[in-house]
Amino acid sequence: MSLLTDLINLDLSDSTEKIIAEYIWVGGSGMDMRSKARTLPGPVTDPSKLPKWNYDGSSTGQAPGEDSEVILYPQAIFKDPFRKGNNILVMCDAYTPAGEPIPTNKRHAAAQIFSNPAVVAEVPWYGIEQEYTLLQKDVKWPVGWPIGGFPGPQGPYYCSVGADKSFGRDIVDSHYKACLYAGINISGINGEVMPGQWEFQVGPSVGISAADEVWIARYILERITEIAGVVVSFDPKPIPGDWNGAGAHTNYSTKSMREEGGYEVIKKAIDKLGLRHKEHISAYGEGNERRLTGHHETADINTFLWGVANRGASIRVGRDTEKEGKGYFEDRRPASNMDPYIVTSMIAETTLLWNP
Amino acid sequence: MSLLSDLVNLNLSDATEKIIAEYIWIGGSGMDIRSKARTLPGPVSDPSKLPKWNYDGSSTGQAAGDDSEVILYPQAIFRDPFRGGKNILVMCDAYTPAGDPIPTNKRHKAAKIFSDPKVASEEPWYGIEQEYTLMQKDVNWPIGWPVGGYPGPQGPYYCGVGADKAIGRDIVDAHYKACLYAGIGISGVNGEVMPGQWEFQVGPVEGIGAGDQVWIARYLLERITEISGVMVSFDPKPVPGDWNGAGAHCNYSTKSMRNDGGLEVIKKAIEKLQLKHKEHIAAYGEGNERRLTGKHETADINTFSWGVANRGASVRVGRDTEKEGKGYFEDRRPASNMDPYVVTSMIAETTILG
Repeated sequence: MSLLTDLINLDLSDSTEKIIAEYIWVGGSGMDMRSKARTLPGPVTDPSKLPKWNYDGSSTGQAPGEDSEVILYPQAIFKDPFRKGNNILVMCDAYTPAGEPIPTNKRHAAAQIFSNPAVVAEVPWYGIEQEYTLLQKDVKWPVGWPIGGFPGPQGPYYCSVGADKSFGRDIVDSHYKACLYAGINISGINGEVMPGQWEFQVGPSVGISAADEVWIARYILERITEIAGVVVSFDPKPIPGDWNGAGAHTNYSTKSMREEGGYEVIKKAIDKLGLRHKEHISAYGEGNERRLTGHHETADINTFLWGVANRGASIRVGRDTEKEGKGYFEDRRPASNMDPYIVTSMIAETTLLWNP
Repeated sequence: MSLLSDLVNLNLSDATEKIIAEYIWIGGSGMDIRSKARTLPGPVSDPSKLPKWNYDGSSTGQAAGDDSEVILYPQAIFRDPFRGGKNILVMCDAYTPAGDPIPTNKRHKAAKIFSDPKVASEEPWYGIEQEYTLMQKDVNWPIGWPVGGYPGPQGPYYCGVGADKAIGRDIVDAHYKACLYAGIGISGVNGEVMPGQWEFQVGPVEGIGAGDQVWIARYLLERITEISGVMVSFDPKPVPGDWNGAGAHCNYSTKSMRNDGGLEVIKKAIEKLQLKHKEHIAAYGEGNERRLTGKHETADINTFSWGVANRGASVRVGRDTEKEGKGYFEDRRPASNMDPYVVTSMIAETTILG
């Protein structure tokens, strides 16, 4: 297959100025990613210079057949680690021809929150810990697990090494480099407690870009698992029973929290989040009730609890933050299938714009 | 899958200054190696310039869930042979948030011993012969052995060549080069007496560096066996019966031993080791009683003996050392699953401070 690989990896820069732009958007389920590519006459680095495009919304559950055009607005550009050269990935959001965000477009409302002056002034930072499970294709059972059976109980797998403990590292390592290449602010990776489960972290990123980066990182992960012949699952509790779920812990800080006296600001923010626990939980991902049981390093879904270094809490404050009197905190409630546009903007809205 | 390899091997140096640092530590069992990676803004060559980090100790049996943070202190940097470029591997040890070494942190105490002026002035060198067995995944039986049966008896396999005698050489050779690339003082490899068993040697390395390098070499071996779909066992007697065990013979010398008159210093050191035989044995690896039987090139676990060129002794002195009146000696007692921090520092403590 090396002839095919040669063609895929062809460096076009000697033959043409043209570049390929892969437009990426979120489909009708809110979790399915879609993309298609187009040729542009030359390199582009500014999203506002990219043309709007459109797609067949009736094929993604986002428009009726007789009025199917959904318009794509380019919002962020990343380098394409698969096509390389000057080729790009473009994160887009979707609008009606009349210019209204379609119902599944969660970016639009988030962008409005993030451009509110009170939010802008606080320069909100996000670090998102995206967990996910790799599944064997066709059987949809985690990689490395025996078909019809289970691996030994959790214990040896977290951050592990070895063919009997760590499954799928080539996917994880190629994803890490691909994201760095693309310009995503990926800050680390680790093997998770459940075998076949992994995590990558994106951040700290400011405002709306955190969510753009998480979506593109998810897209790159799906492209890589596609190459590897493996399926990625963002289900928050892929295996019932004594197996960890998958979350998307969201670390958060504002300018005030990062400065002297920040610890008090953090505590006030956590109090506000406690008063809106139900609203946040309902927006933090489908199926989260299967994951937030109070076991497996989670807090029960009906309880709001915070603590320092406490992984069984809804919100965890790190020891460093406590010691230095300033820093950030971790909202451990979001599920792995959360929409980062919703979660990041909601945390900003509740802590900066809402009052009890 | 070559598209995947292309990505794994991507050279990022044209795209970014950032590097990836893999922080490595020892988990709750004392033998399980753990690691996770983080992005740093640029290349780092001095461990003291690396940020401390933390991990979830409740997931490795090293902390409680409601107070789970364990702090990682970077101690030594090596080049990452898997990620290439300026990416690094970082050997760390683990502390509570208050700054105390956690119970499974054996490096801290070893470092104290090695920085004792009496020890430091003797410049202790270590050469560690790490033996290990490669096992087939899923069945936990050595590679090359028929499942449900046994290969022909030992004899043809030591340093053997040929598909019926040497199995797993690609892992061993990949490991050798990866260690050299990483900056580990790996001095050699050989096929061992039991089929599917191999050995690599790290050294001579001075002081605490010996322990760091052996642990990183073990990590590289597990990464490579992971890639190969094979398991590595550090059990000291993986197959009971007429099959060799696996050890981690520890070669040792001090400045005085390497200088003229060294042989007398060596003999005095061996006498001190003899007096503390039980204490050393207790720290030389779990399950060693299954290996140190007095047969298969070992000395019985309850006996301390030494001799020149004697592989059935607890401590062996080489013929060269005897002839030149100076050199080093080999403590053959440690098991393959020993903690090199414990063994190296204990030998220094007993012979120099005792």
